[in-house]
Amino acid sequence: MGGASVAPRMSLRGRDVISIRDLSREEIEEILAAGRRMIPYAEGSKVSRPLADQIVAMAFFEPSTRTRLSFESAVQRLGGSCITIADMSATSMRKGESLSDTIHMLSGYADAIVIRHPNEGSARLAARVSAKPVLNAGDGAGQHPTQTLLDLATMQEAFGTLAGLRVVLLGDLRFGRTVHSLAYALALFGADLVLTSPPTLGLPEELKAPLEHLGAKVTTEPDIARAVADADVLYVTRIQKERFPDEAEYRKVAGSYRIDASVLAHAKPRLIVMHPLPRAGEIAAEVDATPHAAYFRQAFLAVPVRMALLDAVLGEPKRKG
Amino acid sequence: MVRELKIVPIKNGTVIDHINNGLALEVLRIINVQSLDKDSTVSIAMHVRSAKHGWKDIVKVENMELSPRKVNAIALIAPTATISIIRDFKVQSKRNVDLPDRIVGVLKCPNPNCITHQPEPVESEFAVESRRPVVLACAYCERVVDDFRQHLA
Repeated sequence: MGGASVAPRMSLRGRDVISIRDLSREEIEEILAAGRRMIPYAEGSKVSRPLADQIVAMAFFEPSTRTRLSFESAVQRLGGSCITIADMSATSMRKGESLSDTIHMLSGYADAIVIRHPNEGSARLAARVSAKPVLNAGDGAGQHPTQTLLDLATMQEAFGTLAGLRVVLLGDLRFGRTVHSLAYALALFGADLVLTSPPTLGLPEELKAPLEHLGAKVTTEPDIARAVADADVLYVTRIQKERFPDEAEYRKVAGSYRIDASVLAHAKPRLIVMHPLPRAGEIAAEVDATPHAAYFRQAFLAVPVRMALLDAVLGEPKRKG
Repeated sequence: MVRELKIVPIKNGTVIDHINNGLALEVLRIINVQSLDKDSTVSIAMHVRSAKHGWKDIVKVENMELSPRKVNAIALIAPTATISIIRDFKVQSKRNVDLPDRIVGVLKCPNPNCITHQPEPVESEFAVESRRPVVLACAYCERVVDDFRQHLA
């Protein structure tokens, strides 16, 4: 293998990663550190091929652009190759084949499986069926652990730490389980959380208590300007139309959560604005040119972070030292 | 005073005693009385004085022993229940119901979008996250079940 050994030194080899809770704080830290070391390899300025001769199956049972492409890029940057199901209509599942059977088959064709599927719990089921490691790339409204990892990586790169950061979570905090995973991980690392959402889309109480139990200070601030005033990170999520009884109600709420230059006028100079993308009008294009915009960097960091995880799960066993 | 139970002893079968007051009908639903041998007698006593719990319900079923799965379901809704196996009018064994760490095939996941509702070769499975109060989470989608009586399979 060319290049440095950049894999984390923990034992993620052969493991499934279905939920961020499958990883300990130490394991998350190691993946983030390995992700930082992977950046020049992700950019192509250095070359490392720990996944040479390995095949990763991309089992995407619902549409996804950046998650699938960044995983494919990550595999190929590490010297591996991909086999891909990107269009469900072209698979036997249309003919009534179960997910279990499809995964069983794929685990015979590949060394690991990356899965995105519309049903919650599908990735856990896939992990039980597959003889090879399964990485969850989003199961319905359920878990999306690599998104959480790259979100943490973006904040850590900007501030050098996660502890003590004041992070505003803005948008649908009730149903958005990606936000739930992120809130859990941020609490685990000692960040403080400010929750800003329409009244009907607040973080469920039963999820708030465990965050406080982890030691996080959790406050609710419905006013965006006040929430942003002393924040380090503004994490914006989509407000989904289907959560509202009618179009007019949706427009009212969506309009009140639009981030533009005027909202950021009183923000700290170092505030970063993040978004898992694609955005649908939540962040005005004028924000892109400000130093606050971190969402494209966040999208890029998907590659080195996913490389770090793939290398940890699949890479060659590393020599001691 | 002579202690008298108002239902008759059974020769062979199962006595589920110390059921939380008012839950005998739930227990019957779990046992699925319709599926029993037509010659089996089922007796129910509700709102009976109990030395331990104030008031309790009792269910006696002839010629039936409970599967471990049904015992788990009873443990969920009536955690104080005891189960006695009767053979030839004698108590052969008596034990408390005990909630296992994982509950398989007893409840349906309350999340309609959970993979366990799809035509997959998979049984529902819940992890017992807390025992007092009982908190269960789907082993697949992680949805927490608060009112499991509504979700018995």
